[in-house]
Amino acid sequence: MRLLSYLLPWQFSPTACAVFALAATLYVRGMMVLRRDSIHVGFRRPFVFFLGLAVNYAVMQTYFDFLAQHMFWIHRLQHLILHHIGPTLLVLSAPVPVLRAGIPGPTWRLLSKPWVSGPLGWLWRALQHPLIAPVIFVGLIYFWLIPSIHFTAMIDQRRYLLMNWSMLIDGILFWWLMLAPREAQGAAAMRYGPRYIVLTAVALPQIALGAYIALTSKPLFSIYAICGRAWAISPMLDQQLGGLLTWIPAAMMSAVGGIVVLHHVLAEDRRALAREVGAEANAAASASAGAVA
Amino acid sequence: MNARRATRALALTLALGLALCGCTQRQLGHHLTDVSGLVAPLEFHMTDQDGAPVSAASYRGDVVMLYFGYTHCLDACPTTLATLADAIGQLGAQGKRVRVLFVTVDPRRDSEPVLKRYVSNFGPQFVGLRGTRAQLTDMIKRYRVSYHYEKPDANGAYEVDHSSAVFIFGGRGRARLLAQTGAPAAVLAADLRQLLERT
Repeated sequence: MRLLSYLLPWQFSPTACAVFALAATLYVRGMMVLRRDSIHVGFRRPFVFFLGLAVNYAVMQTYFDFLAQHMFWIHRLQHLILHHIGPTLLVLSAPVPVLRAGIPGPTWRLLSKPWVSGPLGWLWRALQHPLIAPVIFVGLIYFWLIPSIHFTAMIDQRRYLLMNWSMLIDGILFWWLMLAPREAQGAAAMRYGPRYIVLTAVALPQIALGAYIALTSKPLFSIYAICGRAWAISPMLDQQLGGLLTWIPAAMMSAVGGIVVLHHVLAEDRRALAREVGAEANAAASASAGAVA
Repeated sequence: MNARRATRALALTLALGLALCGCTQRQLGHHLTDVSGLVAPLEFHMTDQDGAPVSAASYRGDVVMLYFGYTHCLDACPTTLATLADAIGQLGAQGKRVRVLFVTVDPRRDSEPVLKRYVSNFGPQFVGLRGTRAQLTDMIKRYRVSYHYEKPDANGAYEVDHSSAVFIFGGRGRARLLAQTGAPAAVLAADLRQLLERT
């Protein structure tokens, strides 16, 4: 009974339930549609996709949300998951073909109409611009941590939801741009080399901000003292832990991203090499065929 | 990506950023914050110190100060309630239109008679509120505050950590101000007077 109460939403959000249910439904439907065409998605990709959905859901719609509202370092952990880890899992599961197959025909045709796809495409290309995406990514972290803004986000339910959704949506956009293979990115594809520049460029300001929060000797975020902490912990320790979470694991995600990008580069090289070898073999085969004739 | 498109996108980002800048905390001097439109309007269902069921509607027309605490509280609660009593005293006759709602976060020990005895120490404007677990949980979710029980000592006595905020609502139940520990009675009285004039 007690466990169940920890798993239930602290503050039920119909939006969150609808969004997560829709994503899960589209994915399962997509797997079924693909299976009809004898395409098996396998086990690993759905596992990573649902793990990504689950961690994001857990930090938004369980008792964890209460702890995040009343403990600065848990709030930072919540954003580490919503803005970094959860989106990374979702992107690494390469869910687009499955989700695409899961969208019913009429809905897809509506989405393809120029008056829908035009503005959406424009917005997408703007948000996926290699200069704009990192500015938004770091900007959001800084914005919600301005003490006076942080105060209003923690005291106002609507702003709190806006804050968390902005982190999740931006996390998916940013890590998609960084981690998705180039051939999957379509019109807004980004080359692999510049991705390293962006990954480094977003790591540095996160390190600076995290270090500032962890090493400042006065409390920066008064709201937790005013509204009460989730359990007894010294305000400075709470702030230091929160700063460390912003500083180290968040910035480490750039290193993880770098490894994923390296994997894409090597895979591309391997394919190019295979094509060259294949072309040579073909040429040799047709040459020898010609000789026989 | 052409330059014009990038400029447009950058302009959009900046505009969005500026729009969001409207939502900073509005600090009114020391220890007082304007929370109009941020904190949820007054709404609850509880039992008062006389055992009567009450809700926000019971206090419509009065300026309400909402505070969470418990009667065994050694320092924070008596200090805060005494400051509020002091501020109400400074309002003179106008003080009759101010109510302090003291919500106990320790309903197990704070029965209605205990609450009644406790709030009567501070004056007739003080109301003690006690709710079921569900009613109290609804309220702490609504006002985004928390409390938790410390380990009991050998005699079974325990302390409760709780929020220190005083939420101040206008006569129509809209949240107006948030007072923190240390807000001087004179400053509180001046703000209450303003609120009373507006309602």
